[in-house]
Formats: sequence, structure tokens, C-alpha cells
Amino acid sequence: MGFWSKKNNEKEYPEFWLKYLSFFDKKRKDQPINTTRFVAFDTETTGFDYVNDRVLSIGAVAINTYVVDVSDQIEIYLKQEVFNEDTVEIHGIRKNNGLAKISEKSALKLFIEYIGNAVLIAHHAEFDRKMINKALQRHGLGTLKNPILDTGVLYRKTKHIIYQDDLNVHYSLDDLCSDLKISKSDRHTASGDAFITALAFLKIVSRLKKSNAVTTNDLFYLK
Amino acid sequence: MKNTIAERIQDFLKQFPPFDILKKDELLAISSQVKVSYIEKSAHVFRQDQPCHDEFYVVREGAIGLYRNFDKEQHLVDICDAGDLFGLRIMIIKKNYRMSAVADEESIVYAISAKTFEPFIEENKEVNKFLLGTFASHARDYYTETEKGQRIDNTISIEVAQDLSALRSISYRKKPETCSLDHSVKDIAQKMTKKRVGYIVIVDDDKYPMGIITDVDLRTKVATGMFEITSSVAEIMVAPIVTYSKKLTVAEAQIALIKHNVNHLCITKDGTRNSKLIGILSDHDLLVSFGNNPSVLIKEIKRIKKPKKLRYIRKQLEKLLKSYLEQDIPTAHILSLISEVNEALLARVIELAQKDMETLPPVGFSFLVLGSQGRREQLLITDQDNAIVFEDVKEEEYESTQQYFIRLANKITKGLHSLGYEYCPAEMMASNPRWCMSSSKWETQFRDWMTTPTPESTLLSSIFFDFQCLYGDEKIADALSDVVFDGVNKSNRFLALLGVSALQKPSPLGFFKQFLVEQNGEHKDTFDIKTRAMMVLIDAARILTLHHNIKGVNNTLLRYAKLSELEPKNAAIFESCAKAFRVLIKFRTRQGLLHNDSGRFIKLNTLGKKDKLKLKRCFRPIRDIQELLRVRFQLNTLL
Repeated sequence: MGFWSKKNNEKEYPEFWLKYLSFFDKKRKDQPINTTRFVAFDTETTGFDYVNDRVLSIGAVAINTYVVDVSDQIEIYLKQEVFNEDTVEIHGIRKNNGLAKISEKSALKLFIEYIGNAVLIAHHAEFDRKMINKALQRHGLGTLKNPILDTGVLYRKTKHIIYQDDLNVHYSLDDLCSDLKISKSDRHTASGDAFITALAFLKIVSRLKKSNAVTTNDLFYLK
Repeated sequence: MKNTIAERIQDFLKQFPPFDILKKDELLAISSQVKVSYIEKSAHVFRQDQPCHDEFYVVREGAIGLYRNFDKEQHLVDICDAGDLFGLRIMIIKKNYRMSAVADEESIVYAISAKTFEPFIEENKEVNKFLLGTFASHARDYYTETEKGQRIDNTISIEVAQDLSALRSISYRKKPETCSLDHSVKDIAQKMTKKRVGYIVIVDDDKYPMGIITDVDLRTKVATGMFEITSSVAEIMVAPIVTYSKKLTVAEAQIALIKHNVNHLCITKDGTRNSKLIGILSDHDLLVSFGNNPSVLIKEIKRIKKPKKLRYIRKQLEKLLKSYLEQDIPTAHILSLISEVNEALLARVIELAQKDMETLPPVGFSFLVLGSQGRREQLLITDQDNAIVFEDVKEEEYESTQQYFIRLANKITKGLHSLGYEYCPAEMMASNPRWCMSSSKWETQFRDWMTTPTPESTLLSSIFFDFQCLYGDEKIADALSDVVFDGVNKSNRFLALLGVSALQKPSPLGFFKQFLVEQNGEHKDTFDIKTRAMMVLIDAARILTLHHNIKGVNNTLLRYAKLSELEPKNAAIFESCAKAFRVLIKFRTRQGLLHNDSGRFIKLNTLGKKDKLKLKRCFRPIRDIQELLRVRFQLNTLL
């Protein structure tokens, strides 16, 4: 509830958050895909618990005019006190491994300023969205306002109608890589996965264009 | 700040010149400015005569073809693979592009801005030299064109063909026509006429070649009255003769013919005149070997060891197809020739995949191609549709056996993909466990589809029942088709449902006799020639042949021919269907070659009035055959 009451009292928000909110004052106009700024992102975390686990790193790269723009990317490593031995093996971020790390608060500021009003893309986006939102809330901020696309869901739409309804099939990022023929180097680093997600997104959109989606909004309302 | 993405791009670039010359931090700086694009198949990176982009490109994966339009024709200049640079014009001249860059297969390219890269060229002479060299190699064709003022014509296509053929050994004629010295001109002229050849080699007792007489000699030396027809061959023969060994390559043969100004080369055992004559090569043979000949292509296919090289054959095949269409060769003939080469290609891919497996197959199997390939109606490359049937094995061995064939199928589908066959979006491929099963499992599957027809199973059976055994044991495949006929005999309901689906295909013409076009999606406002026209003809032919229990005829045209035989009273309808199908398939192929796609979606505004009328004439038989199905299977009650 604390979050909702704060919303009515915007003066307590830091400037970067107010600026971020101002992007979403007006209802978003539908745009062709090639003039929309997309940001593919991924987080590495200490685990899968939204409350107790923490974000260790965020990797993100932008897609402008259908092109993955490497000069428009961000790679952040966070200082965290929570640490989970079990997940270190997956992404290899130890508490002190020499990477320049910043506080969660500055990390969020960097990330929010970087994404602006872009349409976000992530694989199994629900998890990354919740992890970021929890972090934002810990620092007295609201939740992400950007529209978010999930490559897992979009990919399902490219499948043949015979297989599409099979909701039990769960497409991992590895599945996408092998089917869409994307090189799997740097899996399990946030930036590596964000880059792969961006490429997967381009390939998926090219497939979807053949059937129906032409504008950004189409991507959200695919059947 | 750490930049993992840029580091990976750097890792890739540093393998290739000119990036390998750059210092690590320089290359990282360049890599962090790269823009990564995904180019779908047949999409342009840039077009000829358009202003230069601000960046040049490096292929990350896939293949980008560089094409130059010239004399209203498109010439392939080069194909760029992973690590190759293209679009370098911005670095050198900064004028409009002189060629188009088109994705030959889906590709990922890195764009590097000229501004970022320029400082490194100025500093580094090696980099500069490399860029100039690459640029010049792509630009070669139009230099010859502008400097010499002559058509480049075939030179480019031959250049490309050379990759394939110039370095391979020639195929010469064995058992050349010969005679000894003691014959008269008349004798040998008679012999040449009888054997229908344009030359004769004069040999001594040891079969060593001494001289040659060709049509030209008879014309210039005898018909002019210079020599009598009773003269001895020794008097008019051309000697000494030009001889080579059989190791001669096509390129060398070409040069030899020009150098000696002759039309025939003699092939001898050790390549000198002092050894036995073993064959002859004419300029005509050489022409044939440049690939515009299906039998040569098939021979070549059998020699190739790498799937990637097979791709060039597939390219040659497209050229061949184009020339057939231009020459107006009958469709049925084109279909069978192209299928022949296609099947040889596919069989080779399977052979190579098989060789690549660690063990031999545990049991016999049959590799089936489905749909249009199964019907031998595929002229243009489309999706892969295939399946594997293997012999029944003991229950406990089933899984490992299936795993083996799935692994094999994975290699095959990958090989086919590298040939240009896209993976099937519906995954109707042998690598899918659903379509890689034992004989008895397939039989159960087929029976299931026939006894409990659903819209999905009718769709699947219309694809799967048109199969053809491409490789492996044909008996296994034959047994499966028996199941189909058996099922048909037991249940008319199945045929009726197939019939319903044929009648439900969207109709080609609207109420006002206008073409009905697609309403949405990428193909909006185009005419879908496959679903709206061809499928009905294909479906009807299949249903009726099943109904008549005609086995072993999978091809739509052959099916109609057979049906005309069996039902003389409807022969007129069947013949008009066959005719319509021939026109449609040609139409689709032409469109496909024109736009480098499957030809399925036709942009009506690019058609002339004549073509539109031609298409419309094909629709009449479609209506007739639908009517025939409706009556025969009493489909009105089911619709």
C-alpha cells in the first residue's frame, strides 16, 4: 500500500523518476516497428525468489530502425549483500570478481534513464519485470511503465497453427537459439542474453511480418 | 565500463582481414559502434544506383549476393560469406552503389560506419590496400564494361560457373571414331555420315593418332574441288594432331581450343602423340559441360563431397530452369528433368549424411519426400517436407533405433537447409520424432487419419499421402501406400472429407469476375496462386486416383492422364485440368524466378492483360472439377 499512497505525492520522487513518468503522460501512439525504439534486456539474479533474491547485473541493448545498435547499450553490475552460492555457477558473478559494481540505487537510475520510453523486450519477461519492479519499490519508486514484449510468447506465434495451441511447450532461450540459428556464445551473462534476445526478436518479427504484424501494437495483440 | 557485446563482436572480426591487422583497443572501439542487422532471405541491404550508405558491411552469418543489373539482366558478381566485406564504395568513391546486395539466405550483417573506420585506413597502409583489393574484385565487371565498351554478357556467369566446373577434369567422349590411313575421302565421309559425327581420327596400327579430318576439311578441301573424293585421307587430314592427357581441366581445354584454333582435342593415354588414342573432346562437349545440361549436373552431383558445393549445382539448376522456360519446352518435360536433378541432389545429401554417421543404420529405412516434391512438381525451391520410415524392431530397441534415425535426419535436414531448402515451418521433417517412425507405427498413424478424420488429419494426409521414396528401401514405402488404399476401400467417408477440403479452398474469382486477393499480412493485395488455384487441382487429382485405386501415380499431370483413360466420358474435364495445371505451374515458376521467391503470391498489378486472361482461363476447369467432386461424393450433404 505504501507504493500507492506515494503515487499521489509525486514530489517525493527523485528527478529522474519524474522525468521517466512524464514519458507516459500521454497515451502511447501506435508506431511502425521501424520507428520504435526497443530495448532488449536481461537480468542475472541471486535466485528466483522475487522477495529475497537480488539483481546482480542488468544487460540491455537497443534496437532502432530494425538494427541492433551496439553503441546504444548498457551493462551494469550491482553491489548486493544478498548472495546465493547455488546460482553463482550459472552466471559466474561472485561477490568480488573485480568488476566495477555500483549500488542498486544508482544502477536503477542508470537503467531507467537508459530505457526511457522504449518498448522493452525480454525472454520470459515476467521474471525480469518483477525483479526490477521489486528493486524499484525497495527504493520507494513505482513500477516499470514501459510496454513489455516477451520473446517466448512472440516465438510461439510464429509456430505453425498445429503446434501453437500446445501451451505445455515451453520455449527456452536455448530452444530459440537453435531454431532461429543464433550463436549461443555468452549465454548466462546479462548482456549476452540481451543481445541474443534482440537478435531473436528481429528474426521473430521478420517471420511474423509474413503473417500479420506490421506495427508495434500488432505485436501486443497477436492471435 | 565492460561491454560484453562489443567484446564478442571484436572476437569475431579479429579473425578476418583487415581487422586482424588492427590493435586490440582499436578494434574494440570499432566493435562498440557496430550496428547489427538481420536480413531476411531475398531482402536488400542496398540497391544499385541508390546513394551510398554511411557504413560498410561485414557478413556475420549467412550469405549476401552482390548483383549487378546490366542490359535488363541480373548478373551475380560475388557471394559474400561470413567474414567477407561488402558495400565498400563509401570508403572509396562515395557515389551511388553500382550493384545491389541481396541476402541469398537469411543473414546477419555488421554495419561499420565509415567515419569510425576512416582514421584507421589513413594510419594503416595494409588496411587500405586490403580494402582497395576487395573493392576492385567486386568492381571488376563494370571496369571491363566501361573501358572496353563491350557487353559483359556471359563472362560473369561463367566466372561463377568456374567455381564449380573449370577446375574439374573434362568429360570426353570415349571410343572416338577412327580409321586407318588407307581409306579414301569418300569412305570416311560415308562413315562419318552413318555415325553422325563431325570428325574422324586417323590412327596407325598401334592406335596412335596421326591426324584428324572434320566437316570443315571436307567443305574447304573436297567440296571446293581442291581434292577428289577418291583422294586418300592422308592428303586432306590435319596433322600433326593436338593431343592432351585426360587430366585436362575444363579451363585448360578451353584455352587449348583457342590457342590451337581447332574444334577437337584428342585425348591420348599419356597426353602425347606417341601413345594410344583414348578419346576426343569437341568444343561442343565443352559447352555442354558448362552446366546447362541435366545429365552433366547429375554426374557432377555424384562426385561432390561437401553439401556446400551442392548449393552451386542448385544455382545452376535454376539457370537451366530459366532457359527451359525461355525456350518454351513442354512443362511435363521440364518437370521430369528438374525433378531428376533435384532428386539426385537430395539423394547425395542423404548419402553424405549417412557417411557422416558413426555407424550404419540398424535396420532398413526409407526416406520419403512429401507434398509437391513427392509429386515431382517442384520447380522452385520451397520448404522441406520429409519423413523417415524404418523397419519394425523389438520394443526394447525402438527408442534407440528412432534416436539413430532422428540424428541422421537432423544431418539431412541441415544439409538440405544449406542447399537452400528452408526448414518446414510446420516441422514436417524427418527430424521431428512424430515423422520418424517404424513401419507399423506409420501404418497406425495413416489408419488413424483415415478412420477418424479431423480438419488437421485431412491436412496432414493430403501432404503425407503424396510421398515418394527418395532414398533407401522402396519396399518399406510401398507397404505404406498399400495401407492408404486399403483404408480408402474401407471408408468412403475419408475421401468425402478430402473432397470437402478441396471444395472449401478460397475461390479465385469474385462475383464480378475480378481476382480475389489476400486481405492482410505481408502478401496483402497479392493473388495466392497456390491455395486459390493449384491446390484444388492437386487435391482433386489425388482424391480421384485414390478412389480408382490407382497405385504408384503421384504426379498431378500423370494422374489426370490416367483418369482420362479410366473415365473417357470425363476425359475433357481431366484434360482441361491438366492443361490448366501446366499453365499455372509455369506461371508460378516464372514469377518465382523473377522475384527470387516461391512464386506463390502474385502481384496482380505487375501482370499484363494477356497474362491475366491466361490465368482466368485456368479457373474454368477448377470450377468443373469441383462440381465433379461435389456430385461424385455427394458433398452437398457434408458442406
